[in-house]
Amino acid sequence: MAEETLIAVEHLFRYYGTHRAVHDISFNVSRGEVLGFLGPNGAGKTTTMQIISGALAPSMGRVMVGGIDILDAPKKAKAYIGYLPEHPPLYRELTVDEYLRYCARLHGINRQAIPRALNSCKQRCGLDGAGDRLIDNLSKGYQQRVGIAQAIIHAPAVMILDEPTIGLDPIQIREIRNLIRELGSDHSVILSTHVLPEVQAVCDRVLIIQQGRLVLNDRLDNLKWNIRGNYLRVAFRNPPNITELNKIPGIKQIDQLDGTRFRIQHDINANVPEAIAVMAVESYWGLSELAPESHSLEETFIRLTCGEDLETDGFVIEAPA
Amino acid sequence: MRIHHIAGRELHSLFVLPLAWIILAAVQLILAVIFFYRLYVFVQFQPHLAGLESPPGLTDLVVAPLLGTAGSIVLLIAPLLTMRLISEERRAGTLQLLLSSPISMTEIILGKYLGLLGFFLIMIAMITLMPLSLLLGGYLDIGQFLAGLLGLTLLVATFCAVGLFMSTLTAIPVVAGVSTFGVLLLLWIIHWASQAGSDKISAALSYLSISRHFEPLLRGIFNVEDVVYYIIMITTLVILSIWRLDADRLHD
Repeated sequence: MAEETLIAVEHLFRYYGTHRAVHDISFNVSRGEVLGFLGPNGAGKTTTMQIISGALAPSMGRVMVGGIDILDAPKKAKAYIGYLPEHPPLYRELTVDEYLRYCARLHGINRQAIPRALNSCKQRCGLDGAGDRLIDNLSKGYQQRVGIAQAIIHAPAVMILDEPTIGLDPIQIREIRNLIRELGSDHSVILSTHVLPEVQAVCDRVLIIQQGRLVLNDRLDNLKWNIRGNYLRVAFRNPPNITELNKIPGIKQIDQLDGTRFRIQHDINANVPEAIAVMAVESYWGLSELAPESHSLEETFIRLTCGEDLETDGFVIEAPA
Repeated sequence: MRIHHIAGRELHSLFVLPLAWIILAAVQLILAVIFFYRLYVFVQFQPHLAGLESPPGLTDLVVAPLLGTAGSIVLLIAPLLTMRLISEERRAGTLQLLLSSPISMTEIILGKYLGLLGFFLIMIAMITLMPLSLLLGGYLDIGQFLAGLLGLTLLVATFCAVGLFMSTLTAIPVVAGVSTFGVLLLLWIIHWASQAGSDKISAALSYLSISRHFEPLLRGIFNVEDVVYYIIMITTLVILSIWRLDADRLHD
C-alpha cells in the first residue's frame, strides 16, 4: 500500500467475562482517511475504540499505532492518539482553559507551546471566548466541543471520536463535520456514529460491525457504486412470465413486487438494462418503467445488521486480512 | 514524568470545591478548642507539677495530645477525600482521558496520591502552627515535637494510601469512602483483639495496628521499626492500586 498506514488492527478479540464484545476484527486506517464506524447499539463499537485508544486492553489480537504496538510501548503509541470517549471526559469543576491546559500537559506539550495549542484548538472547535467559563455551566453542545478540543489539542496523527456530534444542534453538527473533514485531510479519523448521513457526509471508508464482528469494510464510493449497480426496478403493461425474464443473461434474481412490477438483481458487468429494453420491445411487454434502484446507506446498514444473507445481496465484503 | 501535573490538578480541583476549605476550617477549629483546653489545664496544674521529680512539660501535656487527636480526626475525614480519588474519575469518565494519554498507570496513581497528600500536608502545616506558637513564651521538647509530627505525617499518608486503594476498587465514591473508614477503624483498634489469641497472633495483631506505631512517636520515641511499618503499608497499598488500575484495563 502506497499510503502510510497509521492504525493497523489485527484479529482483535475482547471478552467481558463470557460475553464476547469484539470478535476477530481487523482493519487498517491510512493517513488522511476518515473511517466511519457503524453498528447498532452494543455491537462493539465503543469497545473497539477504547482498545485502539489504549484505555482497554484486548483479550487477543494486536493494535499498531504508527507502527508501534500499543501493548508493547503504550506511552509512545498513545502519543499519536486523540480520543473522545462516548461521554466527554471533563472535569466539571475546572474552567475550559484550565481543563485544556491540563490535557495539553498530559500529552506532553511543552510549556511554551501550550498557549498556541490552546488557542488553535479553541478556535477550531468554536470555543473562543468560552475559556474562562466553568465546564459545569456549559451547555451539552459546548461540553461536547470541549471534549473534541481535548482530543485535538496535541495535533495527534489519529483521532478517535466516539459519537462526536451527539447532543449538538444542526449548525454545530455541520461545523463539527467540517472540522472532521478538515482534520481528515492530514490526519486519520476514526468516527463512530448512529447518524448514517454523517457517514455519507464525512467518511471515506465505512466499517459496519454487528455483534462484535466486522460485516462490512469498504470505501464509501465503492459502496455507492455497488449498490447502485445491481438492482433494477422494472414495470410492464403486459408483464411476461418470470421464466421468460430469467432467460436474459446476467440476471441473478427476480422479485415480483405486484402484478406488473419487478425488482431485478443482476450482474454488474452484463448489460442487463439494455437487454431488458430490447426484449420488452421485441415481445410487446409494454415497458413502462426501467430504473436502477439506489439503496441508501441506511438500507445497506439495516440489511447487514439484521442478519440477512450477505451473499445474495451482492455487497462486496472484504475478508479480514 | 507527568506526576506533578496530575497531582497539581488533583490539588487544584480540591480547592475550587468548598469541601476542602470546610474540612480545613473545621479541623482547625476543633483542634484549636482542644489546644486551648489542654493549655488551660496545663496552666492550672503547673504549680502542682512543679513539685514532681521530673515533671511532664508542655510537649507531653499539650502538644502530644493535640497531635494524637489530630490523628483520630484525620481518620474520620480522610475517607471523605480519598473516596473520590479514582472512583470519581471512573464514574465521570475522566479516567478514560488519563488511560488514553501517554502516561503510565504508575504516574496516574502516584500523581493522584501525592496530590491528596499535598492537601493533608497543608493541613498538618496549619496544625503545626499551634504548638509553634507556644515557643513564644514556653519551652518545647523539639525532638519529641518533631517525632510526633513525623508520626502524624506517616499516619495520614497511610490513611491516604488505604483510601486510594479502596477507591481503585469501585466506581461509586461512597462505597470507597465507607469501606476506607471501616478498614481504617479496624486497623486503628486491631490491637484490642490481641489479648484474646496466642502470643504469635497477639504479636501479629499488635504489629498491624496503625495506632500502636503512632503512640511511641508521640511520646518522642523514635523507632525505625515504626517508620518502616508505615513505609511498608504505604508502598504496598500504592503498588496494589497500580495493579488494580492496570487490571481494570485488562478485564472489567
